[in-house]
Amino acid sequence: MNTIFLEFAVVGLGIVLLLAEAFVDRTNKDYLAYLGSAGLFVILLLSFLPIQGPAPGSSDAAFITSDILSVFFTRFLLITTIIVLLMAPGFKPVLARYLPAEREGAGVGEFTILPLFVCAGLMWMVSSIDFIMIFVALELATITLYVLSTYLRQNNASLEAGTKFLILGALSTGFFVYGITWIFGVTGTTNITALPHAISLLPESSILPLLLGIALILVSLSFKIGAFPFQFWVPDVYQGAPTPVSAYLSVASKAAGFVVLLRLLLALETVPVVAHKLYAVITLLAGVTLIFGNLAAIPQTNLKRLLGYSSVAHAGYLLMGVASLGSLMAIPAIGLYFAAYLAMTLLSFVVLMVVAEATGGDEISRFNGLSQRSPLLAGAMLLAMASLAGIPFTAGFVGKFMIFEVALKQGHFGLVAIGCVTVAAGFYYYFKVARAMYWQQPTEETAIPVSMTVRILIAVLGAGILAIGIYPGPILAALR
Amino acid sequence: MSPLLLLILLPLAASLLIMVGANPRRTALGAALLNLVLSVLLFARYDLHAGGWQFVSEWHVLPNLGINLSLGADGLSLTMLLLSTLVTFSALWIAPRIEKREGLYYICLLFISAGVIGAFSTLDVFFLYSFHELALIPTFILIGVWGSGDRQAAAWKATIYLGAASFVLLVGLIALYLSLPSGIRTFDLRQLDQLAAAGTFHPASWIYLLLLVGFGTLVSLFPFHSWAPPAYACAPTPAAMLHSGVLKKFGLYGLIRICLPLFPEAMQQFSVLLVLMLIGNILYIGYVTVAQKRLDWTIGYSSVMHMGYIFLGLASLTVIGVHGAALLMFAHGLSVAAAFALCGEIRRRTGTLDYSELGGIGKVTPVLGLLFGFAAMASVGLPGFANFAGEILVFFGATFSSIYGPAMILAVIVGVWGVVVSAIYMLRAYRSVFWGPIAARWETLTDITPTAKWSVILLLVPLMIAGFYPQFILNMVGTIIPR
Repeated sequence: MNTIFLEFAVVGLGIVLLLAEAFVDRTNKDYLAYLGSAGLFVILLLSFLPIQGPAPGSSDAAFITSDILSVFFTRFLLITTIIVLLMAPGFKPVLARYLPAEREGAGVGEFTILPLFVCAGLMWMVSSIDFIMIFVALELATITLYVLSTYLRQNNASLEAGTKFLILGALSTGFFVYGITWIFGVTGTTNITALPHAISLLPESSILPLLLGIALILVSLSFKIGAFPFQFWVPDVYQGAPTPVSAYLSVASKAAGFVVLLRLLLALETVPVVAHKLYAVITLLAGVTLIFGNLAAIPQTNLKRLLGYSSVAHAGYLLMGVASLGSLMAIPAIGLYFAAYLAMTLLSFVVLMVVAEATGGDEISRFNGLSQRSPLLAGAMLLAMASLAGIPFTAGFVGKFMIFEVALKQGHFGLVAIGCVTVAAGFYYYFKVARAMYWQQPTEETAIPVSMTVRILIAVLGAGILAIGIYPGPILAALR
Repeated sequence: MSPLLLLILLPLAASLLIMVGANPRRTALGAALLNLVLSVLLFARYDLHAGGWQFVSEWHVLPNLGINLSLGADGLSLTMLLLSTLVTFSALWIAPRIEKREGLYYICLLFISAGVIGAFSTLDVFFLYSFHELALIPTFILIGVWGSGDRQAAAWKATIYLGAASFVLLVGLIALYLSLPSGIRTFDLRQLDQLAAAGTFHPASWIYLLLLVGFGTLVSLFPFHSWAPPAYACAPTPAAMLHSGVLKKFGLYGLIRICLPLFPEAMQQFSVLLVLMLIGNILYIGYVTVAQKRLDWTIGYSSVMHMGYIFLGLASLTVIGVHGAALLMFAHGLSVAAAFALCGEIRRRTGTLDYSELGGIGKVTPVLGLLFGFAAMASVGLPGFANFAGEILVFFGATFSSIYGPAMILAVIVGVWGVVVSAIYMLRAYRSVFWGPIAARWETLTDITPTAKWSVILLLVPLMIAGFYPQFILNMVGTIIPR
């Protein structure tokens, strides 16, 4: 079986569900979310079958590959999408509030189906080795994400988020295409794996235009992953977009961006004149992203915005891993960090969604006394915060541990020193949430009800955080 | 089932039971009692002739990186485990009645206990670090919710300072790991010891500095000590007992296990630095303690001060000095836990710990006063308590140290003078609280309850046994001689 069938299956599932939504007459659209996640789960299981990539030499092989990176991140994206789809039923009250209600349940259906197309686009993005293919997949994913982030049409914050995302995203896509044009103009190929050979044939004078093209692509990718100084869209978009969409952006879109960055760097590693400069830039990016993300998160009082800045901070740690690509363990470390990041970020967004709905806002002060109103939610959030901060026995710690290890191995002492300081900063702003939940008194004493779907999500994600934290071996092995 | 794994799992299992609704106090006390019995049994059954690591068991976690959950204990570990289980049981026993969220209170205490027991029973440096960090969040919650005084600031300071220090320590440990030749990289203490004994492994000195700062901050080494006194003073009594009595000893344990065998040259090279820092502990913090006007702050600062003696024992790099330091770890743990326990009892009765407000309560609480006298005298280093034995060994070790020099002489003089200083503030505390004229409002105080009395006696009796017969502890800690 060819790997391309996985993405086609996802798109097919999306189309089938759209048709079902149009023609099946039911006002309760939850079944779409459950069907969608069930379908994706089947596709996830299919991805474990022995599948071959495109046959070498076939026309597909110029665009798509099926190596360990794409297999790992395809499953990663499928799992993320499943969890985001399962968040959707809990988000219905917010949708009902902010969508013009021609009929009951209007707009809920599409909200649960559009992520499938984003998933397909991102899956293509992580499997592709050709710039044009990456661009097309990127557009599929990003445009759908524009729609999703501005979904709450009667909420100004959501509209602002979507507009900002659209304008800045379009700008970054423009950079991406311009960069591709320069590279194609200089080397004559848009295939990433063919770049080293093409570059080796170039005369000296062509290196500068080549570097310009690579720099433009780097700018665009930095926008995607939320690295400083292209991170300014992140807090605003995360704060305004619907919570499941913020979660999706934070995890999946970042992962795809990093995979493209990794592919580019892995290809250019063998070209010393380019690689040296590239790694210097990445190291610098990592350092400033770490500093900015962590320091900017300290004064935040809105949890969604704080999670946005925290995602910038985590992009910094990931970039530290990318800067250490010379080590064999760098890619397993990055993959492990992403797996940890998936579990802990999605868990915090799930709890945030439930609490924001119950208390009417997503400031940190809304979490006051949560440990008394719902020990389950407070405990889950505490676990997520502990993992984000880097407490041992959680996934976040092993992720940071591996990243620090490969960084030290490659001699990035400055980055590691910055990392130590920023971890301390992280302790403060993540524990601010713990303080609110455990030290402060709640404004109301009523218990917060938690639906069965959310309970299952909390159980699975919480178990994932602890499992990865105690036994990270399988994930590291998958990427070696 | 490995007995050490059982020691770690019992508090965690108890926490789980409490989470699903078991009676918090009884479940916690049950688990702590089982742990105490188990650790006494292990202590007694340790084969002193065979020596080395016993009760070993291993689970593979990341074998490629050399990270495995290996559990094992030698004499030093078993002494520390005995200390941990004694203080845990005493702390849980003396814990006051909690009206709200009792479950969370006991879960936090049990997690601290599990973390410290895990740290002392593991042979893998990675898990040594990880188990210690298990105590960070429970401390944050305990001090913030049930603490006294300026508890929020104290909790923040302790959490962030300790978090930062622990990452510095982590970087040091990773650097140590990476400085091994790439084929044999491991986090296993046994293999690190073998490499050190073979004389082929010479890690860089800057790694030692990272470890010293990291472990040192965890032990409140001057000048990285400022998180400790507020944290201990503002923490609820059982948390203060566990922290100052047991958790603090983890850093010293780490130094003994990792730095002493692997960095002998670096320790010699930087011995003056260490000696200056520990003089800061003894002298500077000693005088700061004398200036304190509240009992909880006095005991908090005094526990920071006494760390100087243990560091002196380590810095001397002599067998006697290190054994004295280990004995002092055991002794100090018990004495400071007893002191905080009694301090908590006083606070519960009077609501204040200010010397200016208290006075003469020994008339109405004689047993409390007597027990506090014992704890105070132990802390000062009165012969008959294990603290004296430890301090004497430390002084001898330092004086006959091979790196004898002006710094070491100064350290010994300061150390002996420190005994006088600690006598000043302890006797003053004792007098201000218990002797003198009694204010009218204290005349109706009740004496110590039997529960609290016996929890403190549980700590003081081993202290006196070790004081009159320190050999039984020294035999155990002596098993680290080859390293």
